Amino acid sequence: MNAQRRSPLVSSMAFLVYFFLYAPILVLVLYSFNASRTNILFEGFITSVGPLQMQGSTVVQSPCGPLHWFCELSKNREVMNATQNTLTIALTSTIASTIIGTMAALALQRYNFRFKSFSQGALYLPIVIPEIVMGIGILVLFSQVFGFINSAFGLVGNDRLSLGLGTVIVSHIAFSVPFVTLIVQARLHGFDKSYEEAAMDLGANELVTFWRVTLPMLLPGVLSGALLAFTLSLDDFIITFFTNGPGSTTLPIYVYGLLRRIITPQVNALSTVWILVIVVAVFLIQRLQQTED
Amino acid sequence: MLQQLRENKSLQGALLILPTMVFMAGLLIIPLALTLVISFGQRGPDGGVIFTFSLDNYIRLIGFQPGCLQPSCFDSLYLQILWRSLTLAFQTTVLVILLAYPLSYFIARAPRKRRTTLLFLVLVPLWTNFVIRVYAWMMILRTQGVINGVLGWFAGLLGLTFTPLEMLYTPGAVLVGMVYEFLPFMILPIYTSLEKIDPSLYEAAADLGANSLRTFLRVTLPLSLPGMVAGTILVFIPVMGMFVVSDLLGGRQVILVGNLIQRQFLDARDPTFGSAASLILMAMTLVVTYFYTRKFGFGEEIVTA
Repeated sequence: MNAQRRSPLVSSMAFLVYFFLYAPILVLVLYSFNASRTNILFEGFITSVGPLQMQGSTVVQSPCGPLHWFCELSKNREVMNATQNTLTIALTSTIASTIIGTMAALALQRYNFRFKSFSQGALYLPIVIPEIVMGIGILVLFSQVFGFINSAFGLVGNDRLSLGLGTVIVSHIAFSVPFVTLIVQARLHGFDKSYEEAAMDLGANELVTFWRVTLPMLLPGVLSGALLAFTLSLDDFIITFFTNGPGSTTLPIYVYGLLRRIITPQVNALSTVWILVIVVAVFLIQRLQQTED
Repeated sequence: MLQQLRENKSLQGALLILPTMVFMAGLLIIPLALTLVISFGQRGPDGGVIFTFSLDNYIRLIGFQPGCLQPSCFDSLYLQILWRSLTLAFQTTVLVILLAYPLSYFIARAPRKRRTTLLFLVLVPLWTNFVIRVYAWMMILRTQGVINGVLGWFAGLLGLTFTPLEMLYTPGAVLVGMVYEFLPFMILPIYTSLEKIDPSLYEAAADLGANSLRTFLRVTLPLSLPGMVAGTILVFIPVMGMFVVSDLLGGRQVILVGNLIQRQFLDARDPTFGSAASLILMAMTLVVTYFYTRKFGFGEEIVTA
């Protein structure tokens, strides 16, 4: 496209939108170094290193210096548990939804079966239904089914079925699968069948053909599907909110809980670490993809 | 048996899609059906559900009381909440399009090498967590927050007295939060459809004497419509059902249908009323999406973006 014909109006509007996107993030990061414990006003950085000293609600000196809140964060057991839960849920649901979704994409693109158009339509449902509707639907289902099973088998105490990691993982798989399927399907759409036919002509059976020809060609689509599933799971708040139980708190749920009570710069430190990790990870993945191309 | 499976293509296809359909049925279709059943039920004494067939919850939602359909019993509270959610979703979508379009256009016309980086910059805020992004706006909009701090500092420089603006816990704060949360979901699909436009079309328009405004209105805008349609679906629907943004940035001032539903399941403990509200919400989004996509077509950019 002709790069010289860019109007200054468009460029300055674009710049403003970038500013709008980044200003809140900069604020978040800046406040993670705030000396003020109440975190309402920015009262400067913590400049001296040494045993903890407070003046009112202001940290004057900390063993970690300016990184005081990051040190506090690393000692916070609740955060560590929530991080572990978040990663467990994201990894498990990504692996499961990638496999299941890729299978569905193959079925929809390569096979004819009954209810095919129904199945295709059903995949768009999670996109056109607000998340909260799906979330409370799942909550209602689990609470009714669990209630029934618990009373039918007389389960009490720790044996009782309740919301937890399992219900969150299953729900995350359910909302990720359609996205994986649609992405892999889009990849399969522009895919030349003659390579597979050639492999079969050369004597490879279906399994070998799939493993040696179909899967390698699908891999970029499968990987971007997996990446999206992982991102969706990490970012999800609404469905997790309705399906989590004691012991399955994720980071977004934990932060939401904090925001309704007291906020210290620890929440900001958590956000800063989160942003850093994600940006570095995505940057590395992009680099990897570029070198592959 | 294995031989049969090998030859029966239709069976293979069905088996491949089976797990997906099990998930879709178990965690979407059956839950929705159960929500429907429960919405006709009545609230039990312990916050449980008594299964009956009563329209009471729907009667309450449209503003009347069970057993009294007289105008004197009419209270528009819930209808106002539904209307507020609808108008807020509409306002958010319009604002998001206005902000997203110039940026998408800018990225699509940038030199090819720089496009990836510019697009990456749009995605970075999206990878910070959803809740964390709302929190950032709490810090900015608070009475003692960043905006008031900066304004107060300027006022001090000019020697003026400054009364901090009350911005948090207002409808405006909720609108800003919603726009911020969903902006990237509009930029990506619009960019995708703009990028697909063949540059020779612009040259042809210029050769035929169209000025840049006319080229934009007659070539660029119509060809980017699929992107806007996809973006609208990705923005409008989640805003309709949102409760986190309104909860944290609107406080008790801005109650949306999402907040109404959430409260029925947590505080007020009336799942039957919450189920009815949830189904009304779903019906509203499906009706809007249906008419919208019938007019403009279903945006295939949803997936390709």
